[in-house]
Amino acid sequence: MLLPRWLLSDRAGLVMLAVLVILGVGVPILNLWVPPDHPLHVTSYTVALLGKYLCYALLAVSIDLVWGYMGILSLGHAAFFALGGYCCGMYLMRQIGTRGVYGHPDLPDFMVFLNWEALPWYWFGFDQFWFAALMVLAVPGLLAFVFGWFAFRSRVSGVYLSIITQALTYALMLAFFRNEMGFGGNNGLTDFKDVLGFSLQSDSTRVVLFVLSALALAGGYLACRWLVSTRMGRVLVAIRDSEDRARFLGYRVERVKALVFTFSAMLAGVAGALYVPQVGIINPGEFAPLNSIEAVIWVAVGGRGTLVGPVVGAVLVNYSKTWLTTALPEVWLFALGGLFVAVTLLLPYGLIGLLRRRRESAS
Amino acid sequence: MSELISELDAAGMHAPAGPVDATHGILLYLEEVSVSFDGFKAIDNLSLYIGDGELRCIIGPNGAGKTTMMDIITGKTKPDTGRVFFGQTIDLLKLDEPAIARIGIGRKFQKPTVIEPLTALENLELAMSGARRLRGLLSTRLTGEERDRIAAVLERVGLSEQAQRPAGVLAHGQKQWLEIGMLLMQEPRLLLVDEPVAGMTPAEMERTAELLKSLAGSHSVVVVEHDMGFVRSIADRVTVLHQGRVLAEGRLEELQAHPKVIEVYLGGEDARH
Ligand SMILES: Nc1ncnc2c1ncn2[C@@H]1O[C@H](COP(=O)(O)OP(=O)(O)O)[C@@H](O)[C@H]1O
Ligand SMILES: [Mg+2]
Repeated sequence: MLLPRWLLSDRAGLVMLAVLVILGVGVPILNLWVPPDHPLHVTSYTVALLGKYLCYALLAVSIDLVWGYMGILSLGHAAFFALGGYCCGMYLMRQIGTRGVYGHPDLPDFMVFLNWEALPWYWFGFDQFWFAALMVLAVPGLLAFVFGWFAFRSRVSGVYLSIITQALTYALMLAFFRNEMGFGGNNGLTDFKDVLGFSLQSDSTRVVLFVLSALALAGGYLACRWLVSTRMGRVLVAIRDSEDRARFLGYRVERVKALVFTFSAMLAGVAGALYVPQVGIINPGEFAPLNSIEAVIWVAVGGRGTLVGPVVGAVLVNYSKTWLTTALPEVWLFALGGLFVAVTLLLPYGLIGLLRRRRESAS
Repeated sequence: MSELISELDAAGMHAPAGPVDATHGILLYLEEVSVSFDGFKAIDNLSLYIGDGELRCIIGPNGAGKTTMMDIITGKTKPDTGRVFFGQTIDLLKLDEPAIARIGIGRKFQKPTVIEPLTALENLELAMSGARRLRGLLSTRLTGEERDRIAAVLERVGLSEQAQRPAGVLAHGQKQWLEIGMLLMQEPRLLLVDEPVAGMTPAEMERTAELLKSLAGSHSVVVVEHDMGFVRSIADRVTVLHQGRVLAEGRLEELQAHPKVIEVYLGGEDARH
């Protein structure tokens, strides 16, 4: 096969990518071309749900890159996800045009409601798809870079770093709750109509968004897998296991951390941007500190430092969540907490670690 | 010598100007260096010169400031006062840890510090000078020349057979050698080696002594060590550190007859442990 060596040796990753290909091809067929009364038909609801899981999986991969390989436990990655989501949401808001309740050609409904006369400067450009797409990378990336530059240069690490990432996402949540910020306050951005002229209500658009999510996950995964297989990957592990050793070998640890953290935030931003059109809303609740913690739990459950594990963890935990929050809503948080404790105590390498152990003891 | 350094300082020539200039036969200068932690003087007006190609042992009781001295040379701790020069032109106090590592000062930590999940070979690859540029960092394979360099160092530290094993499963002594190998990959001029034989078997100690002796000449080597037998087997020049300052310096035999040294260190050798 024509695969590079770094990918060939990644068995679990290849299996995961194969599953993504099967889903990416199968789900559209089963949704669009298999009639609704057929038992194999996949409903549009399920398509959107699966798409959402794939976005969560990409967020989990981005967290694993910094946590699993570089040892930075970010408890604020949902902030980058949400920022990517807001950038996409702003584009979708501008696409509504005169179809809003107030029919204003430029201003989103919530601004008309606030008696604003004109669009704030930071909303300019978001009517252009390319600009919004660029911002999906640039906004989370820039925030992560500035944050990382200062935090890592002052050698903040460990628990302290985790706490300030929580503070970061909390501060953003409070800011986005304010109406004066111009992001729709409490209600956030919603009532989207279409993207690039395609209706968000149509099945084919939803299928395309699902396929794009699968592609983004595959691309993000491959980028991370490649990165950790280069020498840079070994530098990351050195930073994780012995920061001083890396520094005294001549590596500028702060810069490496800031760069990789920025890259990771951009991946999270892409995940958020694909998530928003599929769920149809973005609001400040996405910045909630608990969201970031949940995402870290997906990574821990699937297996930290494996890149594949987080994908498995994100899908399984969210599937359970979907199921539990309908069946027994009050149990969910306890289940999540219990799961985290159990995994930490019993499965230090998560579900993937369990599989590996099985294989090793079998061979 | 101290005037020379002040002159350079006044002329503002303290930027890392090109290669190390050890034309006066001295590679490392520490002059009147002091540092205190919360009022406690860990290093107290310490002056020390290491010759080019010299193998120097530093001994002294626990808490004498040996590790702190290495922290100062490698940029981990900034002294309150004093001058630290690498050769005649490079002011180490103006550089941070990675910069100091890059100009050719390698450091082995007191506790063996290798990257356990990586193989011995990958550890050496990590340490390779020249791998630090972004383009080199983003490659997934080694060039033939790099492979040869790594093989040569593996051979030198006696780990050729262990190349593909994770560093975490190596024996304690092998980890120490691997870390010394990592320093060699950096192609340093000066090696600072903190307690290399702590916890080693006599046979491992002997090999370590051979290794360090073979490095002297082409490198300057500063070894901090507690074990008198080991010190005797490698160095002819020994510096005794006590309460952050140089208590005595000379051949080990002379020092062993030195009354003050006997009092603070050699006499208490049994009591230390
Ligand atoms: N970062 C630090 N903060 C406070 N005290 C320190 C620090 N580093 C070293 N010391 C103190 O300085 C003294 C010298 O320590 P050290 O250099 O480790 O001694 P040695 O290596 O000779 O055993 C000790 O008393 C130690 O407690
Ligand atoms: Mg010490």
